[in-house]
Amino acid sequence: MSRARRGTAPVRPPIRLFRNLSSKIAAIPMVLVGLGVFVGGTIWTVVYSFTDSRLLPRLQFVGFEQYERLWSTRRWLVSIENLAIYGIVSLVFTMCLGFLLAALLDRKIRFEDTFRTIFLYPFALSFIVTGLVWQWLLNPDFGIQSVVRSMGFPNFNFDPLYNSDLVLIGLLIAGLWQGTGLIMVIMLAGLRSIDEDIWKATRVDGIPVWKTYIIVIIPMMKPVFVTALVLVTSGIVKLYDLVVAMTSGGPGISSEVPAKYVYDTLFTRQNLGQGFAASTMMLVTVAIILIPWAYMQFREKRQ
Amino acid sequence: MKKTLSLLATTSLISAGSAAFAVDLEVTHWWTSGGEAAAVAEFARLFNENTEHTWVDGAIAGAGGTARPIMIGRITGGDPMGGTQFNHGRQAEELVEAGLMLDLTDLAEEEGWRDIVNPPSLLDSCTLDGRIYCVPINIHSWQWLWLSHHAYEEAGVDVPTNWDEFVAAAPALEEAGKIPLAMGGQPWQQNGAFGVMAIALAGIEAWEAVNVDQNAEVAAGPEFARVFEAAAEARALSARSNVQDWNQATNMLITGQAGGQIMGDWAQGEFQVAGLVAGEDYSCLPGLGVNEIISTGGDAFYFPKVNNAETEAAQLELASLMLSQEAQVAFNLKKGSLPVRGDVDLEAANDCMKRGLEILASGNILPDANQTLSPDTQGQIEDMMTEFWSDQNYTAEEAQRLYAEIIARAD
Repeated sequence: MSRARRGTAPVRPPIRLFRNLSSKIAAIPMVLVGLGVFVGGTIWTVVYSFTDSRLLPRLQFVGFEQYERLWSTRRWLVSIENLAIYGIVSLVFTMCLGFLLAALLDRKIRFEDTFRTIFLYPFALSFIVTGLVWQWLLNPDFGIQSVVRSMGFPNFNFDPLYNSDLVLIGLLIAGLWQGTGLIMVIMLAGLRSIDEDIWKATRVDGIPVWKTYIIVIIPMMKPVFVTALVLVTSGIVKLYDLVVAMTSGGPGISSEVPAKYVYDTLFTRQNLGQGFAASTMMLVTVAIILIPWAYMQFREKRQ
Repeated sequence: MKKTLSLLATTSLISAGSAAFAVDLEVTHWWTSGGEAAAVAEFARLFNENTEHTWVDGAIAGAGGTARPIMIGRITGGDPMGGTQFNHGRQAEELVEAGLMLDLTDLAEEEGWRDIVNPPSLLDSCTLDGRIYCVPINIHSWQWLWLSHHAYEEAGVDVPTNWDEFVAAAPALEEAGKIPLAMGGQPWQQNGAFGVMAIALAGIEAWEAVNVDQNAEVAAGPEFARVFEAAAEARALSARSNVQDWNQATNMLITGQAGGQIMGDWAQGEFQVAGLVAGEDYSCLPGLGVNEIISTGGDAFYFPKVNNAETEAAQLELASLMLSQEAQVAFNLKKGSLPVRGDVDLEAANDCMKRGLEILASGNILPDANQTLSPDTQGQIEDMMTEFWSDQNYTAEEAQRLYAEIIARAD
């Protein structure tokens, strides 16, 4: 520095690339793994979705044939529709119920810890276990239906898993039972982070509690909602194990989901090309949802 | 190869007892129901008793659809097991093409498999470019209608002797609070039942035109229209059977809750485990009592390449043992399936198995759809069938139209 001030050498701004050099070197392995595993794997899948690979991958290109077949397959269309219905309903319900439960717990009730544990407990179970438990509960011969019938209502009917029109409701019940607790806890943490003074101020102004939640608290909790939203949506897109445990896609194909189509075509049907085409479509769907969101987040930060 | 084999055989004879070459051979399969597990235990017993190697049981629960991806994953992923079950036919075709399976041709020539395996089509399914890659171990046929005498007695009607009588007796069963036709909700069962009805009602020629020659016109034609109508009828008869697995459906027959079930002869293992007697407690109608034909699908064992001479020797010993008369009798009696060689004595076989053997001897046999259609085509048909079977409003015409489309695209 002192030499530069004397003018014996021109001042050179440090090259940006070498700033924080050691941390950049340390990050290289992670970057390579990220590129290789995620980007490389994705590109590989997309490339092979244009081939006629069967049990083993081979580079025999067939253009868009796999995609044409995919979009003319009834099971795929049903899967997409199911996922859309399940996704929207489960998104709305988990967010609403999660917030409602959190708000109720936040009213400084007695035994809060107990309730919190009870609501969060299902989340400790995997989807497979959840699915199996609910499969028995919803089984008409052993579950809820038979219990209610034995209590003196012989005409009571509740067998969603054996009825194509109601099967999604069965899945939703199990999904909500499992997932709401987590959202509740996240929301509760958000509520706890809100300053007591805000509550005092609204009380002084005479704003009713429910109105305070809607016009003051919820807008303040925006980051919490975004986190919860991302968690819930990613859980919905990869919906698979719950379906396998509860219905295996049945009755018929009425509870099929895209992830299951991918698995079945890849492995049991030994048709890699078709499975890759389906998984590429799933990636595209996720990208369509995520890119605008990421773009918005990014722009907000820059501003 | 032959030399090494005989050399190894002699050395293993010499070293018997000292267990110098004893290998723990892991064998994977998906036989987990009562009758199936009892059958595979016979192989394990014979292998442990007759060789110095040890059978390591690698049962994978959840039927073939779950087990096969795991097996294929292990073989392609470089962690092959000692031996593994597949169904005859095209399931392991690409694995063989990729050179991942042990070539059994020398052993087969030495023991003359060509002459002892009956029907020869079973060995053809194991053969690729003239080399043999698997051991057929049993014949399973789908074409059986099982009937619960108990259920018919309680309903006060005679046990039917063919499909038409079965349909005619259904109202009486329903009045007695029973389900005429037990049917598991899994696609392969529904598709299998359809296949049985196709052979019985459309006849062999039409069935072969569709399943072997992939003739879409026949699939859309009048013979198959009749099959789809009958299937729609069967669908109505099975409307109230709320079970998933095939053995749960068979159990409905055993307990007398249901009248009949269209299921392969593996159902017999369940009747045996439950202590029921063929002809007294239950009876069987091959080809639905209309067309007495059986298809000769079944199970075969493949031995993945392991690059280890000792393990390879153990694999060949197991291959040879599985086809031996003793193992064939012990295994198939427990499994309820038919042996792959005609020269074994099945005195202990029950009525139903004897009927199967007679049909087999008379040559009224067809290949199994697993042998003629690729898993991909089979899967598409299953998707369509399961929708058809579980939706009472799905018309037979619509189902037939889609079926013909899939057959037209089949490879």
